[in-house]
Amino acid sequence: MNIHEYQAKRLLHSFGAPVASGVAVYSVEQAEEWAKKLPGPLYVVKSQIHAGGRGKGKFKELGKDAKGGVRLANSVDEVVENAREMLGNTLVTNQTGPAGKRVGRLYIEDGADIDRELYLSLLVDRSTGRPAFVVSTEGGMDIEAVAEETPDKITTLPIDPVKGMTDTDSRKLNRALKLTKQAAKDGMALFPTLYKAFTEKDMSLLEVNPLIVMKDGHLRVLDAKVSFDDNALFRHPDIVELRDETEEDDKEIEASKHDLAYVALDGNIGCMVNGAGLAMATMDIIKLYGAEPANFLDVGGGASKEKVTAAFKIITSDPSVKGILVNIFGGIMRCDVIAEGVVAAVKEVGLKVPLVVRLEGTNVDKGKQILNESDLNVIAADDLDDAAQKIVKAVSEGKE
Amino acid sequence: MSILVNKNTKVLVQGLTGKTGTFHTEQALAYHGTKMVGGIHPKKGGQNWTAGEGAGDKAGTELPIFASVAEGKKATGANATVVYVPPAGAADAIIEAIDAKIPLIVCITEGIPVMDMVKVKARLAKSRSRLIGPNCPGVLTPDECKIGIMPGNIFKKGSVGILSRSGTLTYEAVFQTTNAGLGQSTAVGIGGDPVKGSEFIDMLDMFLDDAQTESIVMIGEIGGSGEEDACAWLTEQAEKGRKKPMVGFIAGRTAPPGRTMGHAGAVISGGKGGAEDKIRAMEAAGITVSPSPAQIGKTLVEVLKG
Repeated sequence: MNIHEYQAKRLLHSFGAPVASGVAVYSVEQAEEWAKKLPGPLYVVKSQIHAGGRGKGKFKELGKDAKGGVRLANSVDEVVENAREMLGNTLVTNQTGPAGKRVGRLYIEDGADIDRELYLSLLVDRSTGRPAFVVSTEGGMDIEAVAEETPDKITTLPIDPVKGMTDTDSRKLNRALKLTKQAAKDGMALFPTLYKAFTEKDMSLLEVNPLIVMKDGHLRVLDAKVSFDDNALFRHPDIVELRDETEEDDKEIEASKHDLAYVALDGNIGCMVNGAGLAMATMDIIKLYGAEPANFLDVGGGASKEKVTAAFKIITSDPSVKGILVNIFGGIMRCDVIAEGVVAAVKEVGLKVPLVVRLEGTNVDKGKQILNESDLNVIAADDLDDAAQKIVKAVSEGKE
Repeated sequence: MSILVNKNTKVLVQGLTGKTGTFHTEQALAYHGTKMVGGIHPKKGGQNWTAGEGAGDKAGTELPIFASVAEGKKATGANATVVYVPPAGAADAIIEAIDAKIPLIVCITEGIPVMDMVKVKARLAKSRSRLIGPNCPGVLTPDECKIGIMPGNIFKKGSVGILSRSGTLTYEAVFQTTNAGLGQSTAVGIGGDPVKGSEFIDMLDMFLDDAQTESIVMIGEIGGSGEEDACAWLTEQAEKGRKKPMVGFIAGRTAPPGRTMGHAGAVISGGKGGAEDKIRAMEAAGITVSPSPAQIGKTLVEVLKG
């Protein structure tokens, strides 16, 4: 789960991290009202969307020469002017895709006198199985480009989860970021604070880009991007409340209510598969035969008939779906449960497109029997290859 | 021979009394009489569990329930445990098994918080236990022992070692190698989580050592660098003369970057973990990569023909 920058900063601030004063606003009136309460004279007006690259992003509705999604303002009037241009418009960045994201919230922040911009992030390093800091003196820019061009400017420091963050770790980070005097003193406090926030709140990513050294020598978190481990949300009701559903696809929200792993894609063949690997492989094989999948959908292990029904309804609610492929290799998932769910869903919502079903594994005979005995117009497939060819053929014939 | 499990493996079940634990323990008993020796439940110690009809001719089998893994191990001589405990308590269940010095721990549970697995991994490093999973289908040696949730009916005793990050793709590989007449030595799913007990390399090392395993199928997916690490390691081993014919497959060629595809570990991020890189790494290590998930068995047959 992702949250907005202003929520991330508020959260980090609650752990004691230094952030600028700022407020989130939803309207031009609010922007004016709250900007007046900030000290000034420099303000930053930042679009709040769940995607990076906002500064260099462009608003669809504005001209090519218009400013990006993060703007400086030298007065309250300028704040208002910018807010009017940004709110309600669609920001396209290198991470949003061409459709872009509608800016419904702005974050207005007190400006800072920047001396140096640094990069810092925390994530779980898979190779060591430990939380790790990734830092670089090259902050404020695309860290992927830095990693590509000058990998020696990036330092990775895994933290021993048993000992936790030590002063030695913090000193190593200070050295890697070339922090001295006041900034180094700030670092000794900031790094353990960020580590604590990361581990206690089950974050999967905490990225501060840039972390800045100000002209007065102090450190400040200038931007913050935080995502959380979905599997740990059950123990963080406070974090779940930060969810902004307007940032998500309707079908994905519905899927998450039923505990289904669903990702909307651009093609026209809807897929219902058990297991993430097989679901990806099913997408791959559809593409191999020249068509495009409309979604990734893993019904998971141990799904109930109701869950399968919900999954089927989500797939059929997508108007671009011109055919459906159900591909099940039952292990923990039983084929008869899948068959019952599909039959129940079709009874409820009807079936207007070709449906190919491939069943294998646990209780496969029972599953096939249920489908045969229903009067559904199901195209049965013997194996994965057969299933993929049949659905691609059915959909292409439907087009003609 | 085989790897990890055989007919002498004695298995405890953590989470036996739940619906999932019961269903799959019955299936395990029905599968050539896998030696399931007891269940663990902190509040039900001293009671018995009775296998229902799902256990086939083993229906009616009674298993003792112990209050702790240590107690169960002492009473039964168990050398393996399988964890079906729900996500919130699964990491503690694994740690309990580590503390009880169980040599092989297989965790099926899906959805364990990553930070919990970070703690488990730190405990594992200081122990002699081997953890397979979590979020995996388990381990199966045909005709001898089934731990986990793999459907037993698709297996056939044979010569192919099967290794995968994905559950259902493991079944595909098993099914296809069975249909090709080759059969399996052992099939292992290492699981789709970013922090897990065993990596590809650990299992490849065992398969290369195992005399029954004449060839290996390795199935990876997008995310992380486990496949690339394994390929680099295989190249080193081949230089030392340790080598077996291998077929590979990588799922997720069509997955968009930045989106997690079901498994917490399956995400292309920061330009890393993409399918094409992994396929290139496999080919560089001498693995023949199957172009389609439906051609794994066929590809292996062709590789073995030479």
